[in-house]
Amino acid sequence: MHAFEYQKPVALADAIAAIQAGGQAIAGGQTLIASLKQRLAQPETLVDLAAIPEMQGIKINGDSLWIGAMTRHQTVAGDATVRARLPGLAALAGGIGDRQVRARGTIGGSVANNDPAACYPSALLALDATVHTTARDLPASEFFQGFFTTALEPDELVTGVSFPLPRASAYAKFKQPASRFATVGVFVAQFDRGVRVAITGAGSGVFRHAGLEAALSANFSPEAVDDVVIAPDDLSADIHATPAYRAALIAVQTKRAVTQALA
Amino acid sequence: MLVELKVNGQTVTVDASPSTLLVQALREHLQLTGTHVGCDTAQCGACTVIVNGDAVKSCNVLLQQVAGAEVVTIEGLAAPDGTMHPMQTAFQECHALQCGFCTSGMVMSAVDLIAKNPNPTAAEIRDGLEGNLCRCTGYQNIVKAVQKAAAAH
Repeated sequence: MHAFEYQKPVALADAIAAIQAGGQAIAGGQTLIASLKQRLAQPETLVDLAAIPEMQGIKINGDSLWIGAMTRHQTVAGDATVRARLPGLAALAGGIGDRQVRARGTIGGSVANNDPAACYPSALLALDATVHTTARDLPASEFFQGFFTTALEPDELVTGVSFPLPRASAYAKFKQPASRFATVGVFVAQFDRGVRVAITGAGSGVFRHAGLEAALSANFSPEAVDDVVIAPDDLSADIHATPAYRAALIAVQTKRAVTQALA
Repeated sequence: MLVELKVNGQTVTVDASPSTLLVQALREHLQLTGTHVGCDTAQCGACTVIVNGDAVKSCNVLLQQVAGAEVVTIEGLAAPDGTMHPMQTAFQECHALQCGFCTSGMVMSAVDLIAKNPNPTAAEIRDGLEGNLCRCTGYQNIVKAVQKAAAAH
């Protein structure tokens, strides 16, 4: 690890100033600290966001659920409001990494990092969530821009995420057992206006699937998935799964998610 | 940089550079070498300690991030007279270790698990210890030990 200075501002304005001065934000650190060790990241200053009150908490705002960026995975997984109003998201958070990682990792860190196999981006995209930053509010569809890339400017921080509350939702992950990231993860959200399906782990970034959405909007049942063609083109290939296998997993995980959402 | 925190009930001040990991502070500055570094990539869990009531991987936490926190390591489990914690006793009685390298992290993770779920099923124990790897693959007796400690709790 290269040497760096460390700051832990309490005021959001001070955090923004530190980032504008070239500092690197650290949320839970469950990805960043490993990157520092490998010298993939070599910041001169780390700006810890853990003390900023505007990034903390979980609350219902009208018909949506707001979660502060520094909310840890174990908090989302165990929160009574999330479990009651958006159980699919609570279950997703409870399946990230392992217990020790969930005690440190945050939703804001996961969203800002946009790992192509991370769980949270699929929930944001399927639920049509809004990402709140220090500069603006962005729909998830504009925020996520593929492989570890987001719409965030270098001096912009995620402050929270708002999730519209669906009629039903669920996440099904086929996890890579060593990393516990998704080989394929599918988040299904049923709204009055239709069904949205977002897939992580299978491509270079999270994406929706028009065929699955159309079939499930017409008939929200696991059987509806049988008639959908899932093309392996553009899906990822690595030592864990071929594109064809990932395409098969998308169908299976979508069925499992729909079954859970209906339960 | 001076960092104050509480380790095993005692307030300590560590003078370390900002890039110091919690596990380095424990092992190299405070000589608490019961916490092990296995993979140094936050996968194996050998470095697990409890920070403010949550098990965390101390190789993946900066000392600075836990300034002011209460940390419990394997050295903090036994009573002052040397009487072992029920989880340590259960690991000994169930022979829940072979080489022993993962044991301190496994015990700390199990203590945290029982604190949050006092009567876990075998499946819940296996799921709860997912972040701790035993490369001797001695999991069967580890699960038995956690069950025994939970029953004695």
